[in-house]
Amino acid sequence: MIVLNGQPADVAAGETVAAVLARLGLPPQARGVAVAVDGEVVPRASWDSRTVAEDARVEVLTAMQGG
Amino acid sequence: MADPLSRTGASLDDELDVLRIAGRSLRSRLLLGTGGFPSLELLAEAIAASGSELVTVALRRVDPASAPGSLLDVLAGAGVQLLPNTAGCYTARDAVITARMAREAFATDWVKLEVIGDEDTLMPDAPELLRAAEQLVDEGFVVLAYTTDDPVLARRLADLGCAAVMPLGSPIGSGMGIRNPYNIALVREAVDVPVVLDAGIGTASDAALAMELGCDAVMAASAVSRARDPVAMARAMRAAVCAGRLAHGAGRIPRRHYARASTPEQGVAEFGGAIAHAD
Repeated sequence: MIVLNGQPADVAAGETVAAVLARLGLPPQARGVAVAVDGEVVPRASWDSRTVAEDARVEVLTAMQGG
Repeated sequence: MADPLSRTGASLDDELDVLRIAGRSLRSRLLLGTGGFPSLELLAEAIAASGSELVTVALRRVDPASAPGSLLDVLAGAGVQLLPNTAGCYTARDAVITARMAREAFATDWVKLEVIGDEDTLMPDAPELLRAAEQLVDEGFVVLAYTTDDPVLARRLADLGCAAVMPLGSPIGSGMGIRNPYNIALVREAVDVPVVLDAGIGTASDAALAMELGCDAVMAASAVSRARDPVAMARAMRAAVCAGRLAHGAGRIPRRHYARASTPEQGVAEFGGAIAHAD
């Protein structure tokens, strides 16, 4: 179980960041998106290789209109 | 002279001196926020009307229900440079992480650094702001720091290496204009980096005043996006920024207590007699 954008999400052990993004309906290498795992930014180049630990907090952010 | 309100391209912007921030040249001295527009179509029209080349975006959690990228498509179509903000961050740590994520998401080192200290006024938290600014400058970011109208804090931010300081005129979204013009002028004197009046702009005269006080640029968000006609207000802001900049360069007359006639007092006729009634 990880916390994905504030919500609990069932994620199998060894699942990659790319697989987590797919759960949010994001295409591979989605533009304008950034990922942080436990407060650390995961560079786009590592999305396919970086795995997510059991209790990780994952934030997936994108552009939003704002001042 | 080109019509400042021309919809056809040539405009008064072209007569102004170029604004330089961190080595980048900007012809427009108006920064536009993207928040609060009722639709992306209106946002695109307002950007075009404003002439702005630098517009802010926020970072928020991906909403699986909405297509990511549509906002970015609009902004790319407008040909503007993105200025990601750290709106909503209350600690230096959150602001630094958000800036790093913005760099990853938008491939830009530029960040409008906001570290908020109070949810009612959205005033900056000065100690956290300084910590975040120092860290981000160290990491190579081009930091434009949203700050209070305190000249001492502005100088501290500039000394840390911020590329610009963005003092508030009054609280974000309040539309109360520049509550302390004297402090804004002091901020301008206190730093060598560009000063961008941010927050509080309500209408065009507020933007003109900021420029007359010596600010190098103005940032408008709610004042445009929440106006009854955002596109018309964007044009008004553009004209106001140009007018204010030109007036600043032109040098205003000093204020006086009493009148000083502009028509010469010599040679005034003396007719004598009383007014004859015509009946």
